[in-house]
Amino acid sequence: MKILIAILARDLRLALRQGADSIMVVAFFIVTTTLFPFGVGPEANILARIASGVIWVSALLAAMLSLERVFQTDFEDGTLELLSLSPVPLELVVLGKVLAHWLTTGLPLIIAAPLMAVMLNMNSAGFGTLMLAMLVGTPALSLIGAIGAALILGARRGGVLVSLLVLPLYIPVLIFGAGAVEAALLGLPAGEHIQIMGAILLLTLALAPLAAARALRLAVE
Amino acid sequence: MVCVDWMIVFSGSDLTCRRGERLVFADLAFEAHPGDALMLRGRNGAGKSSLLRLMAGLSEPLTGTIFWQGENIRTDLPAHRARLQYLGHQDAVKPVLTVRDNLRLWASLRDVDNSDAAIDHALKALGILHLAKTSGRFLSSGQKRRTALARILIGESDLWLLDEPTVGLDRESCADLARIIDEFRAGGGIVVYSTHIDLDVAKPRSVDLDEFAMPMFDWLTTDDENHGITADTGDTRQSGANQGNAAGKTHKSRSTPSPDFTGIA
Repeated sequence: MKILIAILARDLRLALRQGADSIMVVAFFIVTTTLFPFGVGPEANILARIASGVIWVSALLAAMLSLERVFQTDFEDGTLELLSLSPVPLELVVLGKVLAHWLTTGLPLIIAAPLMAVMLNMNSAGFGTLMLAMLVGTPALSLIGAIGAALILGARRGGVLVSLLVLPLYIPVLIFGAGAVEAALLGLPAGEHIQIMGAILLLTLALAPLAAARALRLAVE
Repeated sequence: MVCVDWMIVFSGSDLTCRRGERLVFADLAFEAHPGDALMLRGRNGAGKSSLLRLMAGLSEPLTGTIFWQGENIRTDLPAHRARLQYLGHQDAVKPVLTVRDNLRLWASLRDVDNSDAAIDHALKALGILHLAKTSGRFLSSGQKRRTALARILIGESDLWLLDEPTVGLDRESCADLARIIDEFRAGGGIVVYSTHIDLDVAKPRSVDLDEFAMPMFDWLTTDDENHGITADTGDTRQSGANQGNAAGKTHKSRSTPSPDFTGIA
């Protein structure tokens, strides 16, 4: 636990010192969401209809944008090699880094999401569910993304590759995330959707660190 | 007999290493007692880094076993990792963190004292205490190397694996390094290092990796070079960072005695 905190603290410090990453992710999220009114026209009803889907798709793309950097810099400067040689299990290292990734990208997205919902004329009845769904969904995005980020190490044009690897795996989160908000907007209970997202989160929490750690070992071998 | 086994703490036998499609060395054996320094010698691409990575447990040998006190290191890798400190080609110094903060993470990962005093002790030994508050981005390559060397002083360890530790160091730092290595050995530690310049370490045992090179490989490259076929060179380059273009030149001069090696190896 102490070690997890040490890794988390270090990654957060690195992210804060380098700064731009978090802001870029949120800016990307806002810009993408803003494109939709221009594309589909400013008809308020249509925007309200597609709001939850648009917000979720933009959030997926924004979360994916920052994935490449999760392990890349550590891989390039030799830190990863040393991390894999430290007595600490690599799975724990992965978990710490994923947590840091979520705090610096997932959390800002959750905070920005209601603002975008207002812009897209979403009924305020859905706001609470949207934030709850994102709170459960975005950690799963970071976890799944870590597998992709670990697999692309050493590959050229990794950024494109990671999107091809990871986006298909994001589909379940997208379906149930958007579904939960839709249900809330129609006045139906959204609990089942959230529960399934919770199940996805638990599954990825158990499996993603194992898979990513294995991929990292292959990368440094 | 038991007594002899315990004296040889760190050893390896029948080691064969493959990088990509080629065998780097074969039938390599080594042994080290507490307080020993093993100096790895050999031309570029002879497998010095590969051997150090095998010793660290980073990669798996194709054949052969490495033992620590008679036990295969791969049966309990976490325990092996806990007892060793590894210095690779890269310094792993984060540009946005200060030298002290860079070292603090490694101290907390090894779960040892990460207080300023403990870290400053390591910095002092490498003569970079005055840089403690400097961020990594302002360090010269030699200062980065010394920061990386300070890392291996943090926490208790029994085995140091140093891959070209002298790269980027000036003459004075090399002397510091030799002194630090000898102090560590005096405490019963084992040091394995590769170097191209002579590091002034007391009585190192030398392992010449050229002796274990695969003769087949030498024949192949010589043929390719003679006929101007470059198909195989792609593989050669891929197989290790320490294989510069100079490797090709050394091959030619080295490859002549290789038929004799078949007898030895």
